[in-house]
Amino acid sequence: MAENFEPVIIGFTCNWCSYRAADLAGTARVKYPPNIRLIRMMCSGRLDPAFVMKAFANGADGVMITGCHPGECHYLEQNYKALRRYLLLRRTLAQMGIEPGRMKLVWASAAEGVRLADEITKMVEEVRELGPLHWPTLKSGNGHLVALESKPEEVKA
Amino acid sequence: MSTNAKPKFAMYWAASCGGCEIAVLNIGEKILDVDANFEVAFWPVAMDAKYKDVEAMPDKSILLTLFNGGMRNKENEEIAHLLRRKSQILVAFGSCATEGCIPGLANFSNLDDIFKAAYDSVSTVNPDHIRPVPNFEMPEGVIHIPEMNPILKTLDQVVDVDYYMPGCPPESHQIAAVIDLVIQVIHGEATLPPKGATIGAGISTVCDDCPRTRNVKTIKEFKRIQLMSQIDDKLCLLEQGIPCNGPATRQGCGALCPQAGAQCIGCYGPAEGVVDYGSRLIAAFASVIDSNDPDEIDRILDGIPDPAGQFYRFSLAGSLLRSGKTAWDK
Repeated sequence: MAENFEPVIIGFTCNWCSYRAADLAGTARVKYPPNIRLIRMMCSGRLDPAFVMKAFANGADGVMITGCHPGECHYLEQNYKALRRYLLLRRTLAQMGIEPGRMKLVWASAAEGVRLADEITKMVEEVRELGPLHWPTLKSGNGHLVALESKPEEVKA
Repeated sequence: MSTNAKPKFAMYWAASCGGCEIAVLNIGEKILDVDANFEVAFWPVAMDAKYKDVEAMPDKSILLTLFNGGMRNKENEEIAHLLRRKSQILVAFGSCATEGCIPGLANFSNLDDIFKAAYDSVSTVNPDHIRPVPNFEMPEGVIHIPEMNPILKTLDQVVDVDYYMPGCPPESHQIAAVIDLVIQVIHGEATLPPKGATIGAGISTVCDDCPRTRNVKTIKEFKRIQLMSQIDDKLCLLEQGIPCNGPATRQGCGALCPQAGAQCIGCYGPAEGVVDYGSRLIAAFASVIDSNDPDEIDRILDGIPDPAGQFYRFSLAGSLLRSGKTAWDK
């Protein structure tokens, strides 16, 4: 399975920098793997740790959080807030058995399309190395028992 | 059965400690109102009853069932399904039924480790390493005990739940208020809240009830309360560096612990609108840290030695991830 494993990575991007970096990478035709699904937020400070939990609980193999470089936040210092949340979240997730490599914080300015693409490529390879996470979901049947499913359903592209 | 018979009341315990029952009895003379208005149909802690008696009751014949405890084994689940069928109103009662509570912390471990801790650790004298088995051959035939679930589930992960009543245990005055409401509903003097509502608690946080002053001060160090010699009795505990779970916890207790000088541990579960209790706390704790330097932040965070335990002490089974990876990863 490991050979054909394509990791699913959810990327949270900041409207003012990293989303534009991804946009720039696209316009400049920089190649990066399609494993990452980018979600735009107004700021990395908007990142509620529950977003990351939900991503993992619903089948993501990795989560990348991106924001403006320290000192360059559009909203003054919300990226520092994201940094503090990230560091505390990482400790909590490690206790729950989620390897630290599955969650990454990357700073990328609007001009760093190539750098962001490199970071994405690197992370996809690292998560591929770690293998699938496949957090189980609870499924309610008709009968008495609720089974613990170990694999998410295959989603056709 | 005459048509003017009193409505039936049931209370059941699954994986729980029995504290919820004590809290119910702790409502004082109000318990006489329960007796005056209800016929107790099934309450294993208080009176003798057999499951087959419940099975023989017509569906929906019990008006109110307070169900406490988590779904630790197949018996718990079976009774949850049974009582769901027989009850008109099923209330997930107490922290265990609503979000897993302390028994739910076992979701950080797999069954092997749980059995090892229970049957082969220093706490148990078991020289022959005997373990319970679901099916056991006896000369008289095979005897069965319920199988354990790999993870503890909350009541609403197994059956449809009408109302949630949080608390470990729910405060007695809150229970009395809920019982009053149901009695009023029976007499046609009030209407029930919408299905799925949390009853017997507020919607805001413990901080709203807490008389301590908040100064939006930030901190350079998290401290363990038992190691502190002096605690300011007017200032917010979190701002003194004590990891207090108040900012994410539902109000309902009247902020008893912070008023007594102890941090909130979060027994009333997530406040209204909080998707994941621990995530809300991570955000809240991250906000009081006074540093922008990754290394210094890491040093400050060392002051919380067990973040997952701190944030999910009562709510692991009901959280988004529900368990640690070790609980299900083979």
